[in-house]
Amino acid sequence: MIGAAIFRHKRRVIPGFGITMGTTLLWLSLIVLIPLAALFLKTTDLSFDQFLRIVSSPRVLHALQLSFGLSLAAAAINLVFGAVVVWALVRYEFPGRRVFDAVIDIPFALPTAVAGIALTNLYAENGWFGRLLAPLGIQVAFTPLGIFVALVFVGLPFVVRTVQPVLEDLEAELEEAAATLGASRWTTIRRVIFPALLPALLTGFALAFARAVGEYGSVIFIAGNLPNVSEIAPLLIVIRLEEFRYADATAIAAVMLLASFVILLVVNLLQRWSERRTREY
Amino acid sequence: MTDQPLALPGYPSRVRAFRTPSMVLRNVKPASDARADPAPMRWAIIAITIVFLILFIVAPLVNVFAQAFSKGLEAYIAAIRNPDALAAIQLTLIVAAISVALNLVFGVIGAWAITKYEFPGKSLLITAIDLPFSVSPVISGLVFVLLFGGQGLFGPWLQAHDIKIIFALPGIVLATIFVTFPFVARELIPLMREQGTQDEEASLSLGASGLRTFFKVTLPNIKWALLYGVLLCNARAMGEFGAVSVVSGHVRGETNTMPLHIEILYNEYQFMAAFAVASLLALLALVTLVAKIVLEGRAAKGSIL
Repeated sequence: MIGAAIFRHKRRVIPGFGITMGTTLLWLSLIVLIPLAALFLKTTDLSFDQFLRIVSSPRVLHALQLSFGLSLAAAAINLVFGAVVVWALVRYEFPGRRVFDAVIDIPFALPTAVAGIALTNLYAENGWFGRLLAPLGIQVAFTPLGIFVALVFVGLPFVVRTVQPVLEDLEAELEEAAATLGASRWTTIRRVIFPALLPALLTGFALAFARAVGEYGSVIFIAGNLPNVSEIAPLLIVIRLEEFRYADATAIAAVMLLASFVILLVVNLLQRWSERRTREY
Repeated sequence: MTDQPLALPGYPSRVRAFRTPSMVLRNVKPASDARADPAPMRWAIIAITIVFLILFIVAPLVNVFAQAFSKGLEAYIAAIRNPDALAAIQLTLIVAAISVALNLVFGVIGAWAITKYEFPGKSLLITAIDLPFSVSPVISGLVFVLLFGGQGLFGPWLQAHDIKIIFALPGIVLATIFVTFPFVARELIPLMREQGTQDEEASLSLGASGLRTFFKVTLPNIKWALLYGVLLCNARAMGEFGAVSVVSGHVRGETNTMPLHIEILYNEYQFMAAFAVASLLALLALVTLVAKIVLEGRAAKGSIL
């Protein structure tokens, strides 16, 4: 009798569904959903013309282009070097491998303001790296190149930590089969391993890109922050807020938030593809 | 939509670390010659990895400590004992204590609701919990200014009742809770999903109450993952800069957290003092990373026993 009741209501065997789900939804709404909705609500105060005028003003347009462009470039560099780093960490044994593995999480754990002043100091003219680069005529600090360096720093763990578990779980049989069938090592990597890693690589790329687009703390110290030269979109939001131009700040934020949602959707689709892919292998 | 949470640093590898012995043993693989790469390729990849990681990741961290102690230990201690620095440290501790405690409680409840029951829209709920990760820190602060600021939705009402949220402690706490919202839940969800509900069902069928089952059965199963989630949440709460910067108002000695104090010192060209305060946060980051390694080791060992 009791057994039958449990069987019939399998999903409600464990008590507390109502209270835990209610609490979760309430807390989520209060802290995350309502505040985010307020941003879009505030955007509707603007007419479409006003919105367009703000977003297409040269300074805003430049800031958005700079943020998205440099984030793409940084994510691309992270994709390449992240793949190399993952390969070394997963496939090879070398002195300090465990330390270098742990080091990957530093950009994730180190507060952005700390990373920001440390990078700026490194690449400033009298810094460890700036001193070496200055004679070559390369200036990193206070230029868009500095922003790029900071974005590479914050994005790396996203690529490495997404790809690493997939490479670790890759069955040895696949490569053995390829080798048995006469494929060279290069062919095996290109035709067998790379396709298996592709969804994870793209997911890592998208996550690094998303993080870089919104990044603020580690960038503003090294950027120089010249309008129309090295001013990123998040900084422009802060500047507009400090000028009490809330409408402008909100419009720029809405564009960026929309972009993050699109990236989030892409990442979700990539993961679904990846899961299907994993089942096939 | 997938019902897996998004992959983020450390997350998938930790699922691995916290799994039980049967899960670990299943994946033991024999070494294989087919996986050997040519020596030049091996050396090139190892060399690129080491050089890249040292230049881009290790150097900034080392530089923090090098600059902090560039004028000697006495100057370092003086910089940290500065009243404004101490006030910033105190505020940071208060903010982190409140926001971590709230996120701990609600993170566990959320993870429980998501992993112990079947219901439609589960993947949507997980995505919603992850949302703060995809939002720029600046926007995370801005949304609260739009709600509670002088020109905000509730601004006039708050002013009429003389309640200060923005440019005061409640605003800083709210922004911090927002940015650290997913940490505890996303640490627990993958693990609790793998563990399933059999243990809880056994406990309940033996007559234990729901709460007793949670504290005696579920909590011991998830304690290491929970501890790590709390540590991550705490590191981010103490280090958050962008969101807090927007809502704080930067009142020295009053609404300045440690990261904001670092910014002010740096902009005043007090570089050594800025790096001294920064070194405390860098130390916190290092402690968090070491704790991660220790906890993963402990979880793996505990599961074998």
